[in-house]
Amino acid sequence: MDKTQNQAYEEFIKGIWRENPVFVQVLGMCPMLAVTNSAINAFAMGGATFFVLVGSSFLVASFKNLIRKQVRISSFIIIIATFVTVADYTLEALVPTVHKELGAFIPLIVANCMILGRQEAFASKNTISMAVMDAIGMAAGFMLALLTLGSVREILGNGSLFGVDLFGPDFEPWIIMILPPGGFLTLGLILLVFNWFTVKKAQFIDKVAAAERSSS
Amino acid sequence: MTEKDPNLLLQHAPLLQQGMTTPQAMRDVLYALLPVTLAAVWFFGLGAILVLLASIAGAALTEWTFASQEKGGESLLDGTALLTGLLLGLTLPPGLPLWMAFLGGAVSIGLGKVIWGGLGHNLFNPALVGRAFLLATFPIAMTTWAPLTGADGFFTVQPSNLALPFMQSGTDAVTSATPLGLMKFEQQSTPLVNLIIGNTAGSLGETSGLLLIAGGIYLWMRRDLDWRIPVSILITVMIFSAILDMVDSTRFPDPLFSVFSGGMLLGSIYMATDPVTSPITPKGAWIFGVGVGLLVVLIRAFGGLPEGMMYSILLMNAATPLIDRYTQPRVFGRGKALT
Repeated sequence: MDKTQNQAYEEFIKGIWRENPVFVQVLGMCPMLAVTNSAINAFAMGGATFFVLVGSSFLVASFKNLIRKQVRISSFIIIIATFVTVADYTLEALVPTVHKELGAFIPLIVANCMILGRQEAFASKNTISMAVMDAIGMAAGFMLALLTLGSVREILGNGSLFGVDLFGPDFEPWIIMILPPGGFLTLGLILLVFNWFTVKKAQFIDKVAAAERSSS
Repeated sequence: MTEKDPNLLLQHAPLLQQGMTTPQAMRDVLYALLPVTLAAVWFFGLGAILVLLASIAGAALTEWTFASQEKGGESLLDGTALLTGLLLGLTLPPGLPLWMAFLGGAVSIGLGKVIWGGLGHNLFNPALVGRAFLLATFPIAMTTWAPLTGADGFFTVQPSNLALPFMQSGTDAVTSATPLGLMKFEQQSTPLVNLIIGNTAGSLGETSGLLLIAGGIYLWMRRDLDWRIPVSILITVMIFSAILDMVDSTRFPDPLFSVFSGGMLLGSIYMATDPVTSPITPKGAWIFGVGVGLLVVLIRAFGGLPEGMMYSILLMNAATPLIDRYTQPRVFGRGKALT
């Protein structure tokens, strides 16, 4: 029991940091760059993706023995598209303004390779509980990345966060940050920091290992 | 770049020492830009020095931050960051808040140079990358031109210069239009004498045609500059704008106005000739220059902006590897053309 709990925790936590879908695997770039011009859009997109990924991972893991290998990709897509349609209509009913801003990018969640990738690589080969844990972790990691990018771009590009004005009326907005280049620049900088961190950590581990070898 | 590969030391007895090094070339360009810098201070007051210093500080600090990671700050000493900062500063409007100039310098080096792998590896001219970033980020501040202060107002610092970081410059700033802006939006020409001497509104270092050309001649005599690039740019611009001027002389300026207005001379002499981002073959240099010239006139005449020097140089920078590839000279004794 303890072992499965540990494994479930491991599947959950890897999506947030070590195998973060955006910062490490660099998947799902289309929504990442397109809808992160404000934190609220990023949050809505993250929520929709969360719902779709967890739902379809659960279904795919449940049906994995019924789905023929030859038609698995199309089956996954149909399952994902079902959940995307649900998310699309739900958002339109609950928050019509945000839905309008996200526009075509809600239906495009179907084509988010991060979601299909999780079905193909994980959910179709693991138990239901593990698949759901993995989906929650990955979706949380995706949400974290979207929120980071959305917050940075909204703070610099608009002087506000979640629509709340932060700096007063004299703030000079960085127009580029809410335009498409701002998405590329911010994402590039975050990836840079992430990789730098990974390299430094590896160097540190090597150094400690070398020191231990020489001392023993 | 600084690594010495012993396998490449194929020298034979007495060889002349070649004095041209990167720091030497950078010093030459700095000397060439000195009169232009002084003119900027003369025309726009002490605020000009502050803007230049802010952009140089941004560039040097960024270079130092990243260079000290690898080589103990060695690449700061070759003067390239200083030159990039100065060139960027000379393309900025006089009333720009200092923190924006600083940010531009940091972006020039960070996004224009370091991220590509340092000196010699960048695809785009670093100073123009910084300027393009600033123009996209702060379009209003970057197109607000403070008027000339003249000799009386030597100690003037524009109030908008001193805006606090991340804050707007004052909204009540006095502004004036550049010769190109006047031409484009009001069909009003500026006397050629003013353009040559430089007492017109505009970016810090672009106004004085005479001093820019003098610096260019100095660089050409010092063999720091491929004369084909500025010459082909200017000839193309003159021919193309003469044709347009013949078609409709009220809308399109005459050739001499085109050459002496805006960033044309600053860009073609000091930025398009950047040895890293321009073609190395003589034929390639001609193609590059003609391309820049055509794009500038196209943007100025038919685009939304009054000035297009920056974007045309950046666009041709992107084409440079391709030009270099198709203009390689035939290897002696080999087939007809090198593919």
